[in-house]
Amino acid sequence: MNTSTRIVIPKTVTRGEVIEIKTLIKHPMETGYRRDHRGQVIPRHIVKRFVAIYNGTEVFSADLTQGVAANPYLAFSTVAEESGEIVFEWIDDLGDTHTEKVEITVS
Amino acid sequence: MTQGHRSLRALAVVLALLAILGFSTASRADRAKAADQIIPESLQLDERRSGTSFLSPALRAQQSDEGANPGMLWVETGEKLWSTPPGASGNSCASCHGEARTSMMGVAAHYPAVDKSSGKLMNLELRINECRTERQGAEPFAYESNELLGLTAFIAYQSRGLPISVDVSGPAASYLEAGRKFFTTRQGQLNLACTQCHDENWGRKLRGDTISQGHPTGFPIYRLEWQSLGSLHRRLRACSLGVRAEVLDYGSPEYLALELYLAWRARGMLIETPAIRR
Amino acid sequence: MSKRRDEGLTRRQLAGGLVAVSLAPLASGSRAKADDQLSAALESVTGGAAVTEGRVKLEIPSLAENGFSVPLTVSVESPMTAEDHVKAIHILSEKNPVAHVVRFNLTPRSGRAKVSTSIRMADTQRVMAVAEMSDGSFYSGTADIIVTLSACIDGG
Repeated sequence: MNTSTRIVIPKTVTRGEVIEIKTLIKHPMETGYRRDHRGQVIPRHIVKRFVAIYNGTEVFSADLTQGVAANPYLAFSTVAEESGEIVFEWIDDLGDTHTEKVEITVS
Repeated sequence: MTQGHRSLRALAVVLALLAILGFSTASRADRAKAADQIIPESLQLDERRSGTSFLSPALRAQQSDEGANPGMLWVETGEKLWSTPPGASGNSCASCHGEARTSMMGVAAHYPAVDKSSGKLMNLELRINECRTERQGAEPFAYESNELLGLTAFIAYQSRGLPISVDVSGPAASYLEAGRKFFTTRQGQLNLACTQCHDENWGRKLRGDTISQGHPTGFPIYRLEWQSLGSLHRRLRACSLGVRAEVLDYGSPEYLALELYLAWRARGMLIETPAIRR
Repeated sequence: MSKRRDEGLTRRQLAGGLVAVSLAPLASGSRAKADDQLSAALESVTGGAAVTEGRVKLEIPSLAENGFSVPLTVSVESPMTAEDHVKAIHILSEKNPVAHVVRFNLTPRSGRAKVSTSIRMADTQRVMAVAEMSDGSFYSGTADIIVTLSACIDGG
């Protein structure tokens, strides 16, 4: 999936702190109910699933439908346990995946 | 009828004729002018409010939260494009302008501006494309393309919090006047001028919506109705459609002149790009 | 399915007496019809288990200016330990084409049971947030939202 995302995560965190992560992905979340100017149905195309994997452990996920607004915003919390990498995955209903990786430093 | 009465009647007819002639030649032009124009009650400088103040608290919060504002997705797109060379041998924006954070700070606040060499009025979109064709050896981006929206959002974002300050002297003066005329002229099947809603009736309800003052402080905006980020010209086209007037082209001279007038009308107001609007 | 749910309410009322009756969810009290979209969606989430109103705070504007995007935040009171945490938060809609709008899956590593998103709303309607706990219990919070449109529906 060739698109852009925005992830806001605190820069400096202390061990055990509960941090809030805010994510955005540019995606039309086409419902499959709309018709184009010729009257043809615009096929559904949505992000179906979002996963956050912290040093190999899935800490949060979301299952989305076309009822989620376009350019989906998902904010959630996680405990800052150790330094490492958080992998963010967005999977759409065509099977494509968009991945972003963010380094996290926990002191 | 006596001789005296006949003379009096003739005089009356002549006087009446003169009066009719005099009335039609002197005032027809004036009456036509008055029908076309409205004398606007323009906004006082201190009563100006950005569209943000007409948003609900939830949307206002979303606009100021850079982690939740979807317009930031286009700022990110623009940031990537800034450092991407357009072709194998072309310069990226960064090659000439370095760090946008410093080089572009305050730039959007001065647009639209008259290009010194060509004398043409240019907004940010036209300036970016002019850089691409003249100095980067690249094709211009289509108006309203993901790339052009990204770059304008990114560049205008570098002026977030700064006051709009356009130059309306010299060659810009005639564009300003053209824009002011457009703003105050009735148009379309609904026969409305911009000033009637945005100067005279701001704050009142139009169906379920509150009429704003129509300032350009947050463009390009993330408009909920579009489910996407869009330019000022896209919004102006929607306004034209709204009054059932001819929808003009992106980058048209009329919208450009209007853009200058709007920026001058909003002088001193702070840039909020990317704003969220309904 | 619906029969089981009614029986559950009756059993609970009998067991708890007056206290249970006063705790009976207002939602199911006034919208007991199983063919109501919200009730049906709730049932498919809970499998017919009892749902208690409370512990779930659904923050959503009472008037949404555009149904294309309505921001919301759900917070659930929970220690979020391995033994006692929120497993999932479901957002259910009364009038959207898809009733089960989104599901958030939390873990003890979430730290806090608080999620935010923006949803589409097809019309003025009730929205329900349901928290699924690690012990299999369910809690809910609802909100009624009026959805309006811009004055000029934009064709471009």
